[in-house]
Amino acid sequence: MKKFIAKAYLWILLGLLYAPLVFIAIFSFTEARVLGNWTGFSTQLYTNLFTGNAGGGSALLSAVRNTLLIALIASLVSTLLGTVAAVGIHNMKGRSKAAVQFVNNIPMINPDIITGVSLFLLFVFPHFSQGYVTVVLAHITFCTPYVVLSVMPKLAQMNPNIYEAALDLGAKPSQAFWKVLVPELRPGMVTGFLLSFTMSIDDFAVTFFTRGTIGLDTLSTYIYTDARKGGLTPELRPLMTIIFLLVLVLLVVFNIRQHRAVAKSQAK
Amino acid sequence: MANDYIIDIQHLSKSFGGVKVLDDINFYIRRGEFITLLGPSGCGKTTLLRQIAGFIAPDEGKILLEGKDISGIPPYERPLNTVFQRYALFPHLDVYDNIAFGLKLQKLPADEIEKRVKRMLKMVSMTDYEDRSVDSLSGGQQQRVAIARALVNYPKVLLLDEPLAALDLKMRKDMQLELKEIHRKMGITFIYVTHDQEEALTLSDTIVVMSEGKIQQIGTPIDIYNEPVNCFVADFIGESNILKGRMIRDRRVAFIKHEFDCVDEGFGEDVPVDVVVRPEDIYFTKDPAKCQFKAKVNSCIFKGVHYEMWVDTDSGYELMIQDYDPYEVGTEVMLYIDPDDIQVMHKERTRNVFDGKMVDETHVEIMGAEFECLPQEGLAEGDEVLAEIRFEDVDLLDHQEDGVVAGEVHFLLYKGDHYHLTILTDDGYHIWVDTNDIWDKGDLVGVNIAPKAIKLSKRND
Repeated sequence: MKKFIAKAYLWILLGLLYAPLVFIAIFSFTEARVLGNWTGFSTQLYTNLFTGNAGGGSALLSAVRNTLLIALIASLVSTLLGTVAAVGIHNMKGRSKAAVQFVNNIPMINPDIITGVSLFLLFVFPHFSQGYVTVVLAHITFCTPYVVLSVMPKLAQMNPNIYEAALDLGAKPSQAFWKVLVPELRPGMVTGFLLSFTMSIDDFAVTFFTRGTIGLDTLSTYIYTDARKGGLTPELRPLMTIIFLLVLVLLVVFNIRQHRAVAKSQAK
Repeated sequence: MANDYIIDIQHLSKSFGGVKVLDDINFYIRRGEFITLLGPSGCGKTTLLRQIAGFIAPDEGKILLEGKDISGIPPYERPLNTVFQRYALFPHLDVYDNIAFGLKLQKLPADEIEKRVKRMLKMVSMTDYEDRSVDSLSGGQQQRVAIARALVNYPKVLLLDEPLAALDLKMRKDMQLELKEIHRKMGITFIYVTHDQEEALTLSDTIVVMSEGKIQQIGTPIDIYNEPVNCFVADFIGESNILKGRMIRDRRVAFIKHEFDCVDEGFGEDVPVDVVVRPEDIYFTKDPAKCQFKAKVNSCIFKGVHYEMWVDTDSGYELMIQDYDPYEVGTEVMLYIDPDDIQVMHKERTRNVFDGKMVDETHVEIMGAEFECLPQEGLAEGDEVLAEIRFEDVDLLDHQEDGVVAGEVHFLLYKGDHYHLTILTDDGYHIWVDTNDIWDKGDLVGVNIAPKAIKLSKRND
């Protein structure tokens, strides 16, 4: 009986968590404008999504494109900046190291809305024209600390002598960095990159305050505006279903790889 | 012959955060030599090696390689290679690529690289391992790869930073022999850092014994073992009986309240000295004519090859003796020492001497603290003075706060009937103490000195 309750609890919990997603997935296969009405099975919304005949015209697709591009640039730059910063912090000592690590943590704890408003003020004050550039800069700002945080443990695990060993064997500092440090830190950098990528895609508050008035939309700001205009564009339903499936596949692949890595290191 | 020196180190000094780690180091290394920097942890030997490698810049002094100063040259431009303490292999590369790393940076042709890597793999007996990941190798195998990775570049000097410290005893012994063989085959100069005196004696052509940032002695293993220049070297290298003695005249020395013939000359007459007798150099005899002194066996332990015995001499001293034959505890034995086996050393000091300043008539400031002294005639407040304190007049207390100054036991020697301790005070002063009490290295102590034990005299007169 006890076992049954425990199991039932788990399933109810999972059900509640995933019901909205399943709900959207089901209703992505019907043409009704209003969510919840079933007007028969159809893949018309998927066709619209990919042919650009969506309710919002090409605006939805361009929002998706913006989101991905901003996320890609922001997470690439953050990964580079964050890794270099982590190496620097790792080589610091004592109090200054603790201080910089503390400062690194603040942007992560700081609520997005405050980060967004302060960046907005920062850009407005010197009359910096807002748009693509400011959004990317803002995203780099909040992504970099996550990269620092995921690279630091790799540095701590690393044999401190291997950088010196590279220099000793004739590598210039830059060669030692690319040929020895980067390969060692790669797992941390990949984690940092993926974290940054998802954080960037997910972001609403910071983007909203830094995108300016040129009509730049990412997925999150597009949906926000769209919902206020009265009802969501129906093509969002297949889009969300696809994004969810992609994330699911990525997660599964990631887990399998991790599992194999663990198994490999135990076999040694 | 300056040409004979591959490395010449001149007046090298280095401080970290105000602490002098290396203090005016001077020595040279001959081409093709196997030289070992030996000393306890914290003596500065690794810092010295890292300066030669180029990872640390010296504060003062020069490092000459074949006559040219290399102190300002970065490590990647020095024709030297290092074998690191924990191997420091590149985990993302396999054995072959680890060894080829330096050659690829030199942009050598691929077939030349392959030839040299294969030759090195053969030299360290790792021929079948070239495709293995370095993580899958044992400690000893990783060390071989590290040695091959350094030697494949044909460096002018190979630097080895405690390369065998992480291996177990058996493996360490095997690797020692192999290192010596590699050194012979390659003919390259080796600079080896270790705290293991046995390893140093086994491997080296020359040993540099270091302590507290200074060179204590440079010599061949045999010189260092048989003729240590001071108590530190005698105590650090091998087992030894270190005893207070008195040079009576040339070739005649007194210790443990007996007189012995020895081979040392030129100390003067009736001069206090320290005497070292190795435990294997005290012999048992049944012949009363040969007997120089008698003793009673106090303990006897089997050590594998020999027995280690402690005896109490008829004059009240404890000596350690090593012999192949055991004597039962309680046995009265007759002993003698060959004149050759007695090593007489100058006493580094006979009492504590501090610079001080009179605070008032009955107080003097020494070692950064105020000590009470007897009323002094002819010394006024503010006078600069010399304070002398005999070793046996310093009191050590269990609790740091009970002493006038606080410190810790930094170094200790057993001298047959008492301990000679070096106390390092919290303010960085050394004070030497003779005591019968048993202390351990690292014990925290309070230091007190009775007023009548402080002898003061005016400075600069």
